[in-house]
Amino acid sequence: MSRLSHLDELEAEAIYIIREVAAECENPVMLYSIGKDSSVMLHLALKAFYPEKPPFPFLHVNTTWKFKEMIEFRDKTARELGIEMLEYINEDGVKKGINPFDHGSVYTDIMKTQALKQALNKYGFTAAFGGGRRDEEKSRAKERIFSFRNESHAWDPKNQRPEMWKLYNTEINKGESIRVFPISNWTEKDIWQYIKRENIPIVPLYFAAKRPVVERDGNLIMVDDDRMRLNPGEKPTIKKVRFRTLGCYPLTGGIESDADTLDEIIDETLSSVESERTSRVIDKDGGAASMEKRKREGYF
Amino acid sequence: MSGLLKFITCGSVDDGKSTLIGHILYDSKLLYADQEKALVLDSKVGSRGGEIDYSLLLDGLMAEREQGITIDVAYRYFTTDKRSFIVADTPGHEEYTRNMAVGASFAQLAIILVDAKQGVLVQTRRHSRICSLMGIKHFVFAVNKMDLVNYSEERFEEIKKEIKKLSEDLKLANVTVIPVSATEGDNVTQKSSNTSWYTGKALLEHLETVDVSEQEEVSFYMPIQRVCRPNHKFRGFQGQVESGNVKEGQTIITLPSRETASVKKILVGSDEKKEAIAGQAVTIQLDKEVDVSRGCVLTDDENLPVAKSFLATFLWMDDEELTVGKEYLVKSGTKRIPGFIKKILYKIDVNTGEHIETNTIEKNEIALCQVELTEKIVLDTFSHHKTLGELILIDRVSHMTSACGVIENIDTSEEKPYFEKDDIKIGGYIFEEFYFNLENAIMTKKNTADKTYHVGDLVPSEGESFKYPEYFDIISVENNGAVLIRDGQVQDIIKLEDYQFIGLPVLDERGFALAIKNKKDLDQFLEEFTEIDGKNISEFHNRWFQFEVYRRIVCTDNFWMI
Repeated sequence: MSRLSHLDELEAEAIYIIREVAAECENPVMLYSIGKDSSVMLHLALKAFYPEKPPFPFLHVNTTWKFKEMIEFRDKTARELGIEMLEYINEDGVKKGINPFDHGSVYTDIMKTQALKQALNKYGFTAAFGGGRRDEEKSRAKERIFSFRNESHAWDPKNQRPEMWKLYNTEINKGESIRVFPISNWTEKDIWQYIKRENIPIVPLYFAAKRPVVERDGNLIMVDDDRMRLNPGEKPTIKKVRFRTLGCYPLTGGIESDADTLDEIIDETLSSVESERTSRVIDKDGGAASMEKRKREGYF
Repeated sequence: MSGLLKFITCGSVDDGKSTLIGHILYDSKLLYADQEKALVLDSKVGSRGGEIDYSLLLDGLMAEREQGITIDVAYRYFTTDKRSFIVADTPGHEEYTRNMAVGASFAQLAIILVDAKQGVLVQTRRHSRICSLMGIKHFVFAVNKMDLVNYSEERFEEIKKEIKKLSEDLKLANVTVIPVSATEGDNVTQKSSNTSWYTGKALLEHLETVDVSEQEEVSFYMPIQRVCRPNHKFRGFQGQVESGNVKEGQTIITLPSRETASVKKILVGSDEKKEAIAGQAVTIQLDKEVDVSRGCVLTDDENLPVAKSFLATFLWMDDEELTVGKEYLVKSGTKRIPGFIKKILYKIDVNTGEHIETNTIEKNEIALCQVELTEKIVLDTFSHHKTLGELILIDRVSHMTSACGVIENIDTSEEKPYFEKDDIKIGGYIFEEFYFNLENAIMTKKNTADKTYHVGDLVPSEGESFKYPEYFDIISVENNGAVLIRDGQVQDIIKLEDYQFIGLPVLDERGFALAIKNKKDLDQFLEEFTEIDGKNISEFHNRWFQFEVYRRIVCTDNFWMI
């Protein structure tokens, strides 16, 4: 008898989880960050319910500092697939002029963490799917697939509910909510191989191209629009770069690369000596435990 | 051989679990450069005086790093030339046993660490027992810290004997014992010259080559996750094939409704396929309408048990202790249903294996219990059909996953009737109590002794929540019978067609008063019952049945009985 491949197993596990949430949770939503993991999640959601459309909306929390190409890709994807795509912006933060140059980690808190909490409260979502993977970071490696949040969306890592076999307990009290990570057990390599196998569309920024960048603290930051503040003496240069993760352009470091096909990206990823999140500037603020701190405060 | 191995590391505190895995990752050059740099930096301030502390690679929570212990399971992913691995590194403290069990429920193989100086400890036995309970069939005992006993073969052999005894006691399958030093790296990724007397494989080589493929379950079954109905033309059942395979055109049966249908179309994801195999997420369309929803099972095995009573071994995981009779939500397969622990047969001493009589189970204890569900569902023993034999208990108030368990034995015997004479059997719950839970505003019925009443038996006339007259009639339209109560005794149990109205109060088998005042009412009542088509059933009940006449709802201070 034929056996399932490693990718088939991961796919089946994710689909099982997505269906369980749709069947048991009152008001689910799928977080959509436009990155490659979100592309995979969206693809899995489409497969899980086919021929039905996913029975929940998608939510993009927009910090207003995303790469232009990301927003174009998001709108095109939603239009072509006919799915419900909600966008949430923390207007209060915009009014106060909160930006990644002046406000550092406060920016991330207000435009991402607070915005996410506001969005979940606004729509009353009881369960939110996220594309987090355990191989990304040490505190994620400890997190359950169904991860519970109290009324203020905080995570209590010392008191996680046991999660046995695939018998997920989705019961919550009023005001509490669940973060669900269906691709917890995927690695970066699995993601790329799956994107290739399933021919999943991704934002072009993942492929190497000539882009205007400046070098800061060892990171190549793309000058995506005229809001980018240049330090004295800094001058954008054109380099062939690509991005391993996508976020807010002033906080996302690109790498110099010639990889402009999926195969080349996979090759480069497999032989890489740096883990994926090193190119995301925010994770390094606050030392080894910064991700856990943010999660305790309600970050995804 | 499958390319992927899921394993866990467990054992007592400080036996070196995290260090062992950290060392494998480090030695195998499976760390990214930035992770290695962070490790060296973190170690400088750590507890090994500047030497590399490999456990820092896994203990990712702040509290863990501060206290230098593992609190929760960490999952790591690595690949060698020969195999891909997912490892769950689990905590050793007894307090965090349930987190260890989470890892065990996911793994195919367990590495159990034993400290060479201390030998087999209570916690070693506890973890081995839990691994076995959760269904792990492959064990590696890594006798660690061999450097601290001067790589003594004699000491290794002593511990090996203890392990052999433990394996026999717990009936562990496929046991391998390897002498290692997690900090020094002996026999971790490479065979060590310090233990030249050891002839087996180094740990990593063993993991790369061990065959964990299991004997597969043969019959096809799929618990239904959801019904897919995008439009009135399409109705498909979505779920994961748990065993066997299913083909287009194949005849299957639905459980518990026990209808037969044939498979019209199979979708694997969004692709139409002629066949689907175990492990795949599918959508199955049948050739006809069947009475099936979430929690039901599609199968080709008509002998799959459908039952409401069974024996299961539980690991208790809640700070709240188990109370017999308290109602929990039981989740098994894709079914979620209320149920309660009817009886604790015994708990098991994790150290000696002794069976101890008890009325309650506390956190981290293991016990064999009898469970009763509110209705029949598809179940099986864990050894026979794994997915149908796993279950969790969810606390209805705190929503905690209170326990996990595996089914050992199923009681498929028919339910005992409430009243019985010859072939007349009448069910219901006329002498059971109704309680109201002030906390969550849920009303529940308490199960009392399962007694069957026969002609001549005395019946209770008053309980906490009911009071019946001395003389009355019970009629059960569903069971087609009637019971005549005279002077607090069962005078006769008869067929409904033989029942005569003589002016006494008429109740149903639930203890509800029926609005029957004369013979004409009775005839009309019986006639209306025959016209029920499922849609107007509550209308019928609301017209004829009155709860409040002989019954009332009481709040009880025995909160947990509800």
